[in-house]
Amino acid sequence: MPGKTKVLKKPVRTIGEQSYLLEVVKGLGTTLKHFFQGTGQMVSGNVPDAVKHPLAEGIATISYPEEKRPYAERWRGVHRLTHRDDGSPRCVACLCCSTACPAQCIYIKPGEYPEGDKRRGYERYPVEFVIDELRCIFCGFCVEACPCDAIRMDTGMHMTAFDEKSAFVYDKDKLMSMVSQHGTQKSENPRHEPGEAGHPGIDRLRGGH
Amino acid sequence: MLFWISTIVKVLVAVGFLAQVAAILLWVERKQSAMMQNRIGPNRATIKIGNFEIRAAGLVHSIADGIKMVWKADWEPSGGDHLLYRLAPIIAIVPALCLCAVIPFAPTLYVDHARDLYDPAWATDVATAARSIPMQIANLDVGVLFVFAVAGAGVIGAALAGWSSDNKFSLMGGLRAASQMVSYEVAMGISLVGSMMIFQTVRLDEMVTWQTQHCWGIFVQPVAFVLFVTAAIAETKRVPFDTPEGESELVAGYFTEYAGLKMAMFASGEFVEVCVSSALITTIFLGGWQFPFVQLTGLEFHYLGLNVSWHWAHFIVVLVGFITFSLKCVFLIFMQLQVRWTLPRFRYDQIMRLGWQMLLPAALLNVLVTGTVLLFLNGPTH
Ligand code: SF4
Ligand code: SF4
Repeated sequence: MPGKTKVLKKPVRTIGEQSYLLEVVKGLGTTLKHFFQGTGQMVSGNVPDAVKHPLAEGIATISYPEEKRPYAERWRGVHRLTHRDDGSPRCVACLCCSTACPAQCIYIKPGEYPEGDKRRGYERYPVEFVIDELRCIFCGFCVEACPCDAIRMDTGMHMTAFDEKSAFVYDKDKLMSMVSQHGTQKSENPRHEPGEAGHPGIDRLRGGH
Repeated sequence: MLFWISTIVKVLVAVGFLAQVAAILLWVERKQSAMMQNRIGPNRATIKIGNFEIRAAGLVHSIADGIKMVWKADWEPSGGDHLLYRLAPIIAIVPALCLCAVIPFAPTLYVDHARDLYDPAWATDVATAARSIPMQIANLDVGVLFVFAVAGAGVIGAALAGWSSDNKFSLMGGLRAASQMVSYEVAMGISLVGSMMIFQTVRLDEMVTWQTQHCWGIFVQPVAFVLFVTAAIAETKRVPFDTPEGESELVAGYFTEYAGLKMAMFASGEFVEVCVSSALITTIFLGGWQFPFVQLTGLEFHYLGLNVSWHWAHFIVVLVGFITFSLKCVFLIFMQLQVRWTLPRFRYDQIMRLGWQMLLPAALLNVLVTGTVLLFLNGPTH
């Protein structure tokens, strides 16, 4: 909107404010009020639960490792690899995630299922699956990219501090061992193994292109 | 003999107490500021004996701090003046400790008459007076003047520390400390002139006696009270007058280059100053050891048509005096810490302006008004 200016009034100082002494007394009143409120809460043990009532009057400290503020449902934490019903990784080693990753911190070594396995020919599996969590920028692109809901960031854990860099490099076993915020290692999305109804049954030999 | 024993005991108790006071005040300051700011404050340091844990509401942190200070590398800057560098913390803390020597913390105890009712004749009776314990380490005739002389020496420590550490931040801090403390000493000294005129003495014990017989100094010299408290806080170099340390621009000011126990001496010197200035304010303005309406003979309330006289044994009066004095000091220390956590820091030019252009003229005016009123009330004395 051109030509429209909001003129702010210069705040006027009263003599009371200018003399400062009165304001000092007022300020002391405020801090004293908080002091007695806080001390009263500490002594009586009536400290409000800062996690459940973050806006309550009085002491608002969260004693961190013992008390935690819950993270949002969709908050991106440390990765986990989801499991199938038989406990093997859902990942099919398609490399979508490592391709999408802007930090290039995912390394996957794909492998073919052994002869006779009914998944052979349909999909591969990760022989190695490594994420360098120190390079990761927690963008979540890997999760978006995954066609199989095999990688998720719903563990609700932020990266812990370790003493050495190698500890930040999470391998397949470590990623498989992580659980979601709700304690599951699986994914809610259904999955159909080869042979089951609903499995398209298209493999690399009979793909039709 | 009694004199020497009692003096040594008093010195040991006073210095022993003031040496510990830093640890306690450190905790008080942390906890108090936490309560003011809706925080919990220090509570993690723990002493573990088997399954038994002592946290003492964060007091253990002070012990942990002490241990840390002792084990810190006692690093010294290679340039600068090594002798002055080592001397500075001592010069900074000793005057503060000396100040408590002249502060009366209870009425004189007459040993022979501990259980009797107070009689003013005791003071003039030579034998009784000889066996009395003044509750004051040194009963100096110069009283308040000694306070100013010794408190003025404290600035030397800060200035020397800044000068000898061969660091520009330290030097700036030392300069600021020197000019700030000298400026505020002027206002501080003159603000007390009115009180001296009214009390007709510079001896601190006689000031308290005057206040027990008439009324507390704060009621006859309210302006001087405000001026003196302001100047006293400025003298301790704590927020809102902490530009000599000025973390945001001078790292840590005049003790930037100090580590370990030397740095602890500066820090505890500050707390000792808070303590001693509270004791001084109590003595000069808040009636010293006097509990309201308590005289040397006991409770005397003769106002509002009531006539209460409740006589106590002499030693109880002394005890009540001591407790009252301690409580008043604790209250003032509490208020000083509260001020420290309430007010934002002044800019350096504001500090100087406040000292020279507000406090000093106000103090002089206070002297003028007090003198005029006294002249009208008493008439010319010659
Ligand atoms: S969150 Fe982003 S940076 Fe981290 S592994 Fe996934 S794609 Fe890479
Ligand atoms: S985690 Fe998902 S995107 Fe990454 S390789 Fe496995 S299946 Fe593909």
